[in-house]
Amino acid sequence: MSEIPVEPPSVLATPRSVGDALRTAGYLPDETIAGTVHLAAALEKPVLVEGPAGTGKTELAKSVALATGARLIRLQCYEGLDEAKALYEWDYRKQLLRIQAGGAGRSDTEGWEDVEGDIFSEHYLLRRPLLEAIRAEDDVVLLIDEVDRLDVETEALLLEVLSDYQVSIPELGTITARRRPLVFLTSNNSRELSEALKRRCLFLHVGYPSPEREREIVLSRVPGISERLAGQVATAVAALRQMDLKKRPSVSETLDWARTLLLLGVESVDGEALLRHLNVLLKHQSDIESARTRLTRDTRPR
Amino acid sequence: MLTAVEGLVAELRQVGVPVPVSAVVDAARAMTRIDVLDRGEVRVALRAVLVKDAGHLSTFDTVFDTFFALQEQPVDGEESDRVTGGSEDDGTDARPGDDGDGDGGARGQGGAPGGLQHLDDDALRDLLVQSLRKEDAPLLRALARVLVDRHAAVNPARPQDIGYNLYRALRMIDSNDLVARLVAAADAGPDGDGVPSEVAELAAETQVQTLGLALETEIRRRLVVDRGAEDVARTLRTPLPENMAFLGASALQVAAMRRVLGPLARSLAARMADRRRHHRRGPLDVRRTVRTAMSTGGVPMTPVFRRPHPAKPQLVVLADISGSVSTFATFTLQLIHALRSEFTSIRSFAFVDGIEEVTDLVDRAGDPTEIARLLNEAGAGVWLDGRSDYGNALSGFAERWASQLTRRTTVLVLGDARSNDHDPRVDALATVRRAAGAVHWLNPEPRGSWNTGDSVIGLYAPHCDTVVECRTIRDLRAFTERLAAAGASVAPGVQPAAEGAGQRRHDRGAEHHHHHAH
Repeated sequence: MSEIPVEPPSVLATPRSVGDALRTAGYLPDETIAGTVHLAAALEKPVLVEGPAGTGKTELAKSVALATGARLIRLQCYEGLDEAKALYEWDYRKQLLRIQAGGAGRSDTEGWEDVEGDIFSEHYLLRRPLLEAIRAEDDVVLLIDEVDRLDVETEALLLEVLSDYQVSIPELGTITARRRPLVFLTSNNSRELSEALKRRCLFLHVGYPSPEREREIVLSRVPGISERLAGQVATAVAALRQMDLKKRPSVSETLDWARTLLLLGVESVDGEALLRHLNVLLKHQSDIESARTRLTRDTRPR
Repeated sequence: MLTAVEGLVAELRQVGVPVPVSAVVDAARAMTRIDVLDRGEVRVALRAVLVKDAGHLSTFDTVFDTFFALQEQPVDGEESDRVTGGSEDDGTDARPGDDGDGDGGARGQGGAPGGLQHLDDDALRDLLVQSLRKEDAPLLRALARVLVDRHAAVNPARPQDIGYNLYRALRMIDSNDLVARLVAAADAGPDGDGVPSEVAELAAETQVQTLGLALETEIRRRLVVDRGAEDVARTLRTPLPENMAFLGASALQVAAMRRVLGPLARSLAARMADRRRHHRRGPLDVRRTVRTAMSTGGVPMTPVFRRPHPAKPQLVVLADISGSVSTFATFTLQLIHALRSEFTSIRSFAFVDGIEEVTDLVDRAGDPTEIARLLNEAGAGVWLDGRSDYGNALSGFAERWASQLTRRTTVLVLGDARSNDHDPRVDALATVRRAAGAVHWLNPEPRGSWNTGDSVIGLYAPHCDTVVECRTIRDLRAFTERLAAAGASVAPGVQPAAEGAGQRRHDRGAEHHHHHAH
């Protein structure tokens, strides 16, 4: 592969500067996240971000965009997403108008070839997120969200864009990126992605943060919370995640809980406060019940 | 550097992590763009490039520690490590603190470890509590070094003892006491965290696990210093959870397998539901096609197909739960019950020498270990002496339940067909086969040992539609997928293992029957 080493934007030059920039943008990365983002910029490869729901995968892409001053283009994936919605579509109405207008105006001076050449130009193209990201003149961050929701067939659509940063349009030929965008794909791993897609991406697993990191996240995201309460919240959530639950509390739920506590003026998390607000953290009745029995059993004075 | 990367890749492939050539090229490219002297950066880069599956991350970390521990070993460090074991005088402070920040090397902070050597165990415990609570990785590593020096009794000649070394170090430092101290620290008055004690306890247990990990890394590092990375990797190689054999799995392996089973069942269910919805088209629905054609001026641009309502199979599972094959049985029961939406109904029966229905019991259980526990408590399937008797179990089933089987029922028998020389009662299985739509036998033994000793699988085989070798989670997954896919045709049956789009097209409609006819 012949490549001209393009200098990435200066904030992405080293893992440390990536970390600092993200922290300024309000996202607290660990070493792995910062290192992978740096590598993605250095190697110009997309990043496949995988992990449980609510651990800040989408947030990462947004924060990178914010930190590098790039525009965020987002493609939300869902079942049944197709080329016309993801890549491009011809603007039929406009084309039709052009043909009719052409016929009405200068009657026979214009041959069909001219009309055809005209209506299949970029002017009549509706850009969808993928094409938009490739054609962008400015810096962009492309976020392909929940890529695991795509049908297997549609997944193949992404391959050309992700490996060569180009889109082939039969009528126009191949459109190549002017500047390679940073690409993030997120996945909740609800199905196995194809090997071809995985091979083109760097892999980043974002798990639940350690209590210490979660405490920092709470501190930075919930203004006005005391260090002590943040520490308690982080420890309590980490402990809940240890239990055998259907759905473990995510970081966003931790933040919700911290906000709730702050709003209610709770100053410290004792057993009672924890039990009272379990419904903020846990979303299944059976989970709430099992956590409750487990916690009440042991919070009795021993 | 590249040699180390090559060794790492070779080892990953040996273990079963697929590493395509393109990933190796990327790894080499990545090395040119980062600071290769920073071990943390190298680890992050290689991990991002080489690993493509969250389930492989821990394997990668172990292998990485093995291959990259040696690389940063300065000469003097290597020498003093040669005399590990009885090295109380091992001058840790004599070595340069050469690691970068964060995930830096196995080396401790310059300076600090020197003092640690002279502390007694009690003071060390205090420091451990402090490092675990603050998540101070360099301090924890330094402590791990001292602890391993003092307590692990690492013998480089016996690398396979690593589990024992670890156990010994953890026991000497008294991990229970550590948990108690961590809990106490979390509770301590107005200055502590003041979290409920149960919460603190759960948190403390995780923290002690971190310590175990640090100790294991340290022990492994010492072995590598002495024996070389390739050798250690070979001796300590553990297969990926999905490739571990059910038979003879250790408790640790079972735990690892359990962790992959949950996500596997979920993704399998999602995938099968998806396939059912999208990839099966019934015959053309003329009325609706004409109706949609109205919007395109009567030209039928988009044909509409009827949604088929495939008959889902009814499953009856007969599981041998005697000691030797119980791991296999419980895992299979768990996986099949997790996929309950793909089948009309599932009934489970457990047998050892008698047989009884355990459907409710399995439904209630959360994971394979719990199934095993509940089955044990209920004493299910034991009639006489608790040694497998396939003949009695099968004839019991045939007598009591064969009348309830229909052509739509698929019967799965899980077991090694080792009947302890009892009468195999092949006629009972024949009765079941006549009543049911299909009978599949899943055998956790390697094919090579079938029909050896008291295995009578050969006698049962003629009365089964297929006899499948099902040694690992990977095999089990492949079989389950085929079973559910086949369920969409009228007669359930098992197709050859091929998967993919081409295969799926064959599945549609009538072609499917031809597929099975030969």
